[in-house]
Amino acid sequence: MTMAAEPEVGKGRLRKEDARLITGRTRWTDNISLPGMLHMAVLRSPMAHARITNIDASEARQAPGVLAVVTGADVADEQGSLPCAWPITEDMKTPNAPSMAVDQVNFAGEVVAAVVARSAAEAQDALEGIDVDYEDLPVVLDLQEAIADDADLVHPDLGTNKSATWIFDSAEAGTGGNVDEAIAGAEVTVERTFRQQRLIPAFMEPRSVVVDPTGEQTTMWSATQIPHILRLMLAMTLNVPEHKVRVIAPDVGGGFGGKLQVTPEEVITFLLARKLGRPVKYTETRTESLASAHHGRDQLQKLTIAARRDGTVTGLKVELLADMGAYLRLVTPGVPILGAFMYNAIYKIPAYHFACTNVFTTKTPTDAYRGAGRPEATFAIERMMDELATELGMDPLEVREKNWIKHEEFPYTTVSTLTYDSGNYEAATARAKELFDYDGLRREQAERRQRGDTVQLGIGISTFTEMCGLAPSRVLGSLSYGAGGWEYGAIRMLPTGKVEVITGSSAHGQGHETAWSQIVADKLGVPFEDIEVLHGDTQSSPRGLDTYGSRSLTVGAMAVLSAADKVIEKAKPIAAHMMECSPDDLEFSGGKFTVRGTDTSTGIADVALAVFAAHDLPDGVEPSLDSDATYDPENFSFPHGTHLCAAEVDTETGQVRLRSYVAVDDVGKVVNPLIVEGQVHGGLVQGIAQALFEEAVYDESGTLMTGTLADYLVPSAADMPSFTTDRTETPSTTNALGVKGVGEAGTIASTPAVVNAIVDAIRHMGVNDVEMPCTPMRVWQAIQGGAQSAAGLGAEPGGGMGSIDPEGGAR
Amino acid sequence: MRITVTVDGTTYTDEVEPRLLLVQYLRERLGKVGTVVGCDTSNCGACTVHLDGHSVKSCSVLAVQADGCEVTTIEGLARDGQLHPVQQAFHDNHALQCGFCTPGMIMQAIDLLAEDSDPDEQAVREGIEGNLCRCTGYQNIVRAVRDAAHEMRPGAGPEAERISGAQAGVHRS
Repeated sequence: MTMAAEPEVGKGRLRKEDARLITGRTRWTDNISLPGMLHMAVLRSPMAHARITNIDASEARQAPGVLAVVTGADVADEQGSLPCAWPITEDMKTPNAPSMAVDQVNFAGEVVAAVVARSAAEAQDALEGIDVDYEDLPVVLDLQEAIADDADLVHPDLGTNKSATWIFDSAEAGTGGNVDEAIAGAEVTVERTFRQQRLIPAFMEPRSVVVDPTGEQTTMWSATQIPHILRLMLAMTLNVPEHKVRVIAPDVGGGFGGKLQVTPEEVITFLLARKLGRPVKYTETRTESLASAHHGRDQLQKLTIAARRDGTVTGLKVELLADMGAYLRLVTPGVPILGAFMYNAIYKIPAYHFACTNVFTTKTPTDAYRGAGRPEATFAIERMMDELATELGMDPLEVREKNWIKHEEFPYTTVSTLTYDSGNYEAATARAKELFDYDGLRREQAERRQRGDTVQLGIGISTFTEMCGLAPSRVLGSLSYGAGGWEYGAIRMLPTGKVEVITGSSAHGQGHETAWSQIVADKLGVPFEDIEVLHGDTQSSPRGLDTYGSRSLTVGAMAVLSAADKVIEKAKPIAAHMMECSPDDLEFSGGKFTVRGTDTSTGIADVALAVFAAHDLPDGVEPSLDSDATYDPENFSFPHGTHLCAAEVDTETGQVRLRSYVAVDDVGKVVNPLIVEGQVHGGLVQGIAQALFEEAVYDESGTLMTGTLADYLVPSAADMPSFTTDRTETPSTTNALGVKGVGEAGTIASTPAVVNAIVDAIRHMGVNDVEMPCTPMRVWQAIQGGAQSAAGLGAEPGGGMGSIDPEGGAR
Repeated sequence: MRITVTVDGTTYTDEVEPRLLLVQYLRERLGKVGTVVGCDTSNCGACTVHLDGHSVKSCSVLAVQADGCEVTTIEGLARDGQLHPVQQAFHDNHALQCGFCTPGMIMQAIDLLAEDSDPDEQAVREGIEGNLCRCTGYQNIVRAVRDAAHEMRPGAGPEAERISGAQAGVHRS
């Protein structure tokens, strides 16, 4: 029996997952091929808002290889309404959400018909034989116009475009003062409106689904983040018995919240496979994905901050309009509400008011995208801290320091009711300043200003925290969320001493197989290589709430750890029986039970074999060490960090170059530093991409203009610098591992760091904001205008350099 | 149309529709599903393979254009159970997360190293510009490619992945 010489947790273990992925031995959903499998293609509405007056599919039905053509009318009785699990208020307005439009389409890209054929090509060809007659309805595109009294309505039956208004007020909640009084009595107030542009998750693997109805259980493979939730929702939406459905998430190529969904295509594929009695596959094209898979962000944020002249913040008022798009998807309404708890960020703010109105438009529905609500909040408050510093003539770091929670003040209950368990903002900031050469860059900035250099230097700061690890079930319940926030884990001890770990978390790139192996190796004292992690299949992993909200490690791994504890407890009386001692005399360490004060020991593998044989077990002990556990955390997890960005702005062209970027993150204890660093790198690029490149742009008729990856600017390697990353380590006090979430931190922190740097570079030219994405055109225009840039110029797809000319035609 | 293509050392002869893309031929006819499709406008590079030793986006090549050619995919890189140095470097440097872009990224990196055996950071970034990754932020990919360059000195190239005729099997489908 080998004993782990050093702990696995904390080691930069290379990933178990890689072997398959680097050799092409992959199981993406689209790779699956089953006997007799058919292929589906869908027809999507080119109109953003229209009544369907007639559909003639007769030609498609005659096309070669076609087995079925269905329209909304054909499935109206069985398709149900796509689920929304987060009714944020009791009077929230929720439109019916058919998977296939029946008599009206409400965004361009909505499914209006589907064809199933022998091959994907035949299905695609047959779509040409479907004629749909539309009668135009007025499009609703602008958030502010949508809530005007005389606005055209997306869903006339709802009587309004407002879905719900959700309010938190610290005076009413008893957690702080009255914000209007704070503003009225303030020595200084700053008011700003920011626009969170619409983004697209743009996971690399397009969504794909295969449904096989030929077994006793109907099996769905889907490129999803949420196999367990999907199974439950299919049962509830389609009224099929839950035990007759099995969902498998095989290899899944990224999600970023974009695959946290119950999709129309999953439902339609299920219905058609059931109807035909044969397996059916549907894989979207990238163009379909960009147009119809849910989008993210898209808010207007009005903030008013009140402060004293010495920089002490006395109040914060936040008023939001959030674009739902045409329908409420799985957690659409709750996304902006998650931000409500994060505008106060790391600061001690005595009076706080948050109000968000969710608004329908005739655009693709929005929903979770990496960070979900928290990037928006962090962006706005971190931009405001810079604006306040300018107003006060203080260094922006100094203003932050004046207001942040000091390390000795933890645990700290915030004005928005969360209790932060631990943190050390001073330590992270000190480390970031040191790595960044903050003082040196400030000197260079002053010097460039002095000599009127055409390239100006700006320094952007983001001192962030976030709430993740979703989450305590009771808190989710208090927010009217439709499910809990627990996670499931199990351990199966095999007779040879090998271990199977079952997790309800559903990885799609996060490296759970590696990290969970490290954690279990330490706990049970078995070699890393002897552990297999099973996930993503409702048959092998029977319970779970899946992967999103940086919850896998802080909730999912904790469940696994708890199951491992139970294995040890079950093994103990058996080990004692084997060694003829009392269980109370046993210690367990490094995979061995040792009789205290002696050399006598037995390994857990020996116990596992003895249990398998079951010839000689203590009376009343069942012959199994297998254990499971469901873990519900007592609190969210609150990673934090300080990010510093140096940006060079060419004042003649508006071009922004990121010169250096330092990210010091505190994610508590680290299981695998390699994986943590990777999560930070990827997160940074997604946040920076929001600041500089990405925007889902619609034209005046509601057509998505950024429908290709030539127009929706996911950054390439050449667009990005290398980052300097480091960590401070303040363990979480709310879980046994001391860990915090890391999946979304980089994305949440980086967007304001970059925009703050850009504004800082050209503030002396009269600029106090540049709307995102900060394309060269927008930055240039802001410099010319000497003021906040208006939307318009530079708002075209691809930052004005895309493949589509907004005046019509291709470039 | 009738085409004959050698893919990862095996020769195939098939009747194909003229409109069939090389990537569809690889995935749907030959079962070479290690090569994936990430977009429909040749922007993402996930489908990158080698055609006669040089990288191409297989969604932008018709199967009929590959007639008489030798194609290498991610599945044909390892030799006798030994990973190609670029595959190994991707593993060693944690240069992948979800892994969907990885086959194309590795095939493109090999092509880059065939042309420039010791690229600096900027040259790597520009060399893989046509391959998008949404997970890694590219930093570890850049590190992996440069690491592989050091491992492979004096250089990689089409020679490194050519399989002699004696080894190549012939398969008709």
